[in-house]
Amino acid sequence: MTNLSQVQGREASPWSAVTGLASREVVSFLRQRSRVIASLATPIMFWLMFGAGFGSSFRGAGAAESNFLEYFFPGILILAVVFAGIFSTISTIQDRQEGFLQSVLVAPIPRWAIVSGKILGGSLLAFLQGAVLLALGPLAGIPFHVLGFALALVWLFLISVGMTALGFYFAWKIDSVQGFHGVMNTLLMPMWLLSGAFFPAAGAYWVIKALMTINPLTYGLVGLRRALYMGTPEKLVGLPSSWVCLAVVLGMILLMIGASASAVRKKAL
Amino acid sequence: MHAVITRDLSRNFGSRRALQGVSLEVAEGEIFGLLGPNGGGKSTMFKILSTLLPPSAGTAEVFGKDVVADPSAVRSLIGVVFQSPSLDKKLSVRENLEYHGRIYGLSRSERKERIQDLLGRFHLGDRKGDQVGTLSGGLARRVEIAKGMMHRPKLLLLDEPSTGLDPGARMELMAELRLARREEGVTVLMTTHILEEAEDCDQLAILDRGRIVARGTPDGLKAEISGEILTLEAEDLDALKKDIEDKLDLEVEPIAGALRIEAPKAFELSMRLGQDFGDRIQSLHIGRPTLGDVFLRKTGRLFSGEEEVLDQAEVQG
Repeated sequence: MTNLSQVQGREASPWSAVTGLASREVVSFLRQRSRVIASLATPIMFWLMFGAGFGSSFRGAGAAESNFLEYFFPGILILAVVFAGIFSTISTIQDRQEGFLQSVLVAPIPRWAIVSGKILGGSLLAFLQGAVLLALGPLAGIPFHVLGFALALVWLFLISVGMTALGFYFAWKIDSVQGFHGVMNTLLMPMWLLSGAFFPAAGAYWVIKALMTINPLTYGLVGLRRALYMGTPEKLVGLPSSWVCLAVVLGMILLMIGASASAVRKKAL
Repeated sequence: MHAVITRDLSRNFGSRRALQGVSLEVAEGEIFGLLGPNGGGKSTMFKILSTLLPPSAGTAEVFGKDVVADPSAVRSLIGVVFQSPSLDKKLSVRENLEYHGRIYGLSRSERKERIQDLLGRFHLGDRKGDQVGTLSGGLARRVEIAKGMMHRPKLLLLDEPSTGLDPGARMELMAELRLARREEGVTVLMTTHILEEAEDCDQLAILDRGRIVARGTPDGLKAEISGEILTLEAEDLDALKKDIEDKLDLEVEPIAGALRIEAPKAFELSMRLGQDFGDRIQSLHIGRPTLGDVFLRKTGRLFSGEEEVLDQAEVQG
C-alpha cells in the first residue's frame, strides 16, 4: 500500500513526457511502412510530374534558376514538410477521443508538455522527410555547398515546427477529420501554393503578390532558398533577407505553440 | 479516507441533463460498480472523475482532491482505462508500458521493475515483444489495465471494461482487478451496463437518467425484493393479466412478451396458477431476483442496457 503523501500531487517531469511523446510518434511512424513510402514518394512524384510538365516553358520573372525542376525543388521540400506535419496532426483528432492521446490527457503533466511533445514528434517526422529529400538537391541542379545544406536542414526543422504547430492548432479546434480537410484545402494548400513554391512573387498579379507577402510560409521558403544557394548568391536578388525570414518563422512558431497550448487548456476532449 | 466523494454532481449538455445531483461515496479499497443503461450518465461521471470534463454544478473529490480545483493532483492519483483502446497498436506490449511510464515521469529503473512486475502478474510475459495490433481483444484489454496500473495509482477508473469481451474474458478481468486490489490496495471504480459484471462488484450504485436510483451491495439490493420472480408466457397476455389480478389479487407486470410477478411464495403461487390458468399458460419460470429486477422495481422500466437517443447525445457531448 502506497503512502498517500508519497503520491499526492506528484507532478511528473514534463521533459520526460515531452521526449516520450515525441519518440513514440517517430517510432510508431517508422513501423508503418506504407506511410513511410508514401511520404517520400508523393513529393518526388509531384516534383517530377510538374517539373517535366512545365519543363523549359517556365520563365518566371526574377527566377534565375535554369528550369522548373530546379525552381520547384525547394518548394517540394516544403510540400513534404507541410504534408508530414498535417498527417501527423490530423491523427490527433481521433487519437484524443478514442486512442493513445486519451491516456496522455489524464496524466499529471502540464498541458504545454502534451502540446510540445506532440508538435515535436510531428516536426521530427516532417523534418526527417524533408532531410531525406534534400539529398536529391544536387540532382535538381542545386550546387552542393556544405554550410548551405547544413543551414537548409535548420530551416527545414524550423518550418517543420511552424507548420506542425499550425496543423495541431486546427486539429485541436476541429472535432472531425472532415472539418480538418476543409481547413487543409482552404488554408494549408493555398499557403503552400502561394509561398513561392510554385511560382515567384515577382511576376504575379498584385492580389496574389500581396497574399504571398503576408504568408509566413513565403519567408520559410526564402530562408530555405537562401541557404541552398549560399554558394551562388547572385540567384537570390530581390528576396527578403535571412533575418527577416528567421524573425517571421520564429514568430509564427511561438504564436502557434502558444495558441495550441491555450486550445488544449480550454478543451481537453 | 474516501477514495471518491461527489456532492450534487450535475452536468448538462445543452438542454440535456446527463447528471442530476449525484452524491456518492466510494470507500478506499472497494471495487465499486456504476451500473446503468447506456445514456444513464455513467460515461459523464467517468469523464468528470478522470478530469476530462468539468461538472456544471456540484463537486467531486478523489482522495480529498477536487477534480476542478486541483486536476493535477487528482491525475497523479488515478489510473484510467478507457472504453476505446488507448494503446499504440504499432508498439509492442512492453513499449506501450514503457512510454506510459515515461509520460508519467518514472525513472528508467522504476519502469524496468514495474514492467517486469506487471507482465508477470497479468500473464503477458511471453507476448511482451508482440505489437499490440496482433493481440486478441481480451489480451489487449489486459494490457490496457496493466498500463493503467503502471504508475501505481490509488484509484483505478474503468469505463465499461468488458465491452467486446466474451464471458470467460470478463471473468478473468474481474479476477485481475481483485488481484490488483489485493496486491496494491488500489480502489476500483468501474462503469458497466452488464448485470453479470455488476454482480461481481463489492458495492453498486445504479444510475438511471442522471440520478442514482439505488445503492448497496449486489446481494443487499436483491434482498430488497422479497421472494422470487415468476415469469409466464402466454398467447393472450392482456386478458390473462387482468384475470390473474382479479382472481388472485396480485400485481402483474407486463414485460416484453411475458408477464412478471414478484411473489414471496412463488412455488405455491405457481401451483395455483397452474390449476386456474394452466390451459392458457405456455411457459412458467421461477427465478431469484436479479439486479435487472432491482432496476425494474426502482425505475418501472426493463433494464436493457440501451437508450439510443440519450446515448447519441452523450457521445456528442
